[in-house]
Amino acid sequence: MSTNEPARPAAADYEKALVRSDQRVAEFEEDAPTPLMRLQRMLHSQPTLIPGIVLLLGVLMFSVIVGERFLDPFNLSLIVQQVTIIGILGVAQTIVVLTAGIDLSVGAIMVLTSVVMGKLAVGGGVPAPLAVSAGLIVGMVCGWINGVLVTYVRLPPFIVTLGTWSVFFALNLWYSESETIRAQDIETEAPLLQFFGTAVDLGQARLTFGSIFMLLLCLLFGYMLNRTAWGRHVFAVGDDPDSARLAGIRTERTLLSVYSLAGLVCGLAGWALIGRIGSVSPQAGQTGNLDSITAVVIGGTSLFGGRGAILGTLIGALIVGVFRNGLALSGVNVLWQEFTVGILIIVAVAIDQWLRKATS
Amino acid sequence: MSVVPVLQARGLVKRWGRVTAMDHADFDLMPGEILAVIGDNGAGKSTLIKALTGAVLPDHGEIRLDGKVVNFASPQEARAAGIETVYQNLALSPALSIADNMFLGREIRRKGPLGDWLRMLDKAEMQRIARQKLSELGLMTIQNIGQLVETLSGGQRQGVAIARAAAFGSRVIIMDEPTAALGVKESRRVLDLINDVRRKGLPIVLISHNMPHVFEVADRIHIHRLGRRHCVVDPKAISMSDAVAIMTGAAEPPAAAAA
Ligand SMILES: Nc1ncnc2c1ncn2[C@@H]1O[C@H](COP(=O)(O)OP(=O)(O)OP(=O)(O)O)[C@@H](O)[C@H]1O
Ligand SMILES: [Mg+2]
Repeated sequence: MSTNEPARPAAADYEKALVRSDQRVAEFEEDAPTPLMRLQRMLHSQPTLIPGIVLLLGVLMFSVIVGERFLDPFNLSLIVQQVTIIGILGVAQTIVVLTAGIDLSVGAIMVLTSVVMGKLAVGGGVPAPLAVSAGLIVGMVCGWINGVLVTYVRLPPFIVTLGTWSVFFALNLWYSESETIRAQDIETEAPLLQFFGTAVDLGQARLTFGSIFMLLLCLLFGYMLNRTAWGRHVFAVGDDPDSARLAGIRTERTLLSVYSLAGLVCGLAGWALIGRIGSVSPQAGQTGNLDSITAVVIGGTSLFGGRGAILGTLIGALIVGVFRNGLALSGVNVLWQEFTVGILIIVAVAIDQWLRKATS
Repeated sequence: MSVVPVLQARGLVKRWGRVTAMDHADFDLMPGEILAVIGDNGAGKSTLIKALTGAVLPDHGEIRLDGKVVNFASPQEARAAGIETVYQNLALSPALSIADNMFLGREIRRKGPLGDWLRMLDKAEMQRIARQKLSELGLMTIQNIGQLVETLSGGQRQGVAIARAAAFGSRVIIMDEPTAALGVKESRRVLDLINDVRRKGLPIVLISHNMPHVFEVADRIHIHRLGRRHCVVDPKAISMSDAVAIMTGAAEPPAAAAA
């Protein structure tokens, strides 16, 4: 500070030496990073690299342990089918987590929207397209409510969505009267609701419209996050909300759009859920919340916001799917599936912490 | 006085709980001038410029741009009015690239349906402009404009923030301690830049603790003390030590300069 040294030399004096100074300007040179630092930086800038490697290792491991039965195209495509719902919910969860938030209500929104679609279309006399639209709107409104509470009432996302999780789930039980709508009834009255269950055979592999839709949704959101201004704003808001605001981003609007979109995607998951299980059950999809967070975290998206990718979440979901499937085929007790997934989560978060140190 | 100040504030007050950051602060920026704002740490300089740029909403007081009352509710609105600011914390997003940061909130979209319908960003164009602006500033040679800001040094980050303000400011440019993290050589470039900008006719507000810099470039010096404008002095009519004495409360301002 110069405050206490009023007798500093005038500008020209101490800058005279500048004339002879190196006229090159500051360059972006690395200060001889160690290999470990270099690895740390590379992984940091490519957050999906580790999940990609883990997925590959998982597939290799189970092809050795289980062999043919695992590598069978039908089995592999079955894994994709099995992660359809987690994948779609994962998209919603990813955009929320990128803003340094979390959405514990995704599963509840999904079930609520599937119930709305089912009740309206089956026995409610509403044409199926309208019923589906109504469900999607309900999903979006649920997300919007989360967004308003987080953005304008300024409550922590964890608390908000913990609360709305219960609220939405209770509404779901009330509206459905805790009754399941049978698959046959949906099939006769509103087959559109089961649209995403339609299977397509590609050689021996079998995909459903739902799993194809999940992949397209990942592409769409990957595009939105990386190629549009909205996506850049989502990252900036998650990274440092104060800086984002000072830099001229309407942070509130961005946050509200993220939560609303997440709600809409949960509505799509609700539709896909009907396709997956055939019926509409108020008790379905109970593990959706935690599974989606698992996929996001294993996929390398940072819970602290601003870092991550949809592709990572897709890979994260596939990792969980591969380990569950592979362990099941190996004849290992089911409890070890949960055990392994738990270890994967902890390792993923540990790696994220380590990578964050690369920049501090 | 017949000249209308470009940016003017009267009686700005801002309290946070028991902290009074601004206590009826006044401010005048004349067309085409470089106004330096100096003051002790915590005197309220940053709060003042945040209030002028919509980043902080003052509890009381009035702000005028070109004589017309403005009520900026967000930094975005001030920016839309042509006021560009280098905030003390730089307001960069570390996880985004240099180019992304420079165009944050004013991204360029692709021409044609890709941009209009799919809202696709024109990354190449934004990188081209960002590279050009940075090399114009001469603060750094850019190897990779797609580099993440978090991989830059403090001084380099400051360079990015300054280049952003210089590139987009059309009415007023405000810099809150822009050379704090810069080396001697880089500080010189920023001072040159400030003079360049003035030559184009844009007024500049420079907040700095570096007295030689302040005395070199400023047309007038606004001395801020205890949350308000203490006085405005002419750097040609006062010595650095007197200015510092006034700023720290060791001396009274010259009678003519008291605000
Ligand atoms: N968001 C805030 N909440 C509470 N108090 C604040 C906030 N921002 C600033 N202050 C207080 O307001 C006073 C003025 O702060 P300000 O940052 O404007 O000072 P400054 O003159 O810019 O100081 P420096 O030279 O250190 O940058 C300080 O006492 C500070 O603690
Ligand atoms: Mg300050």
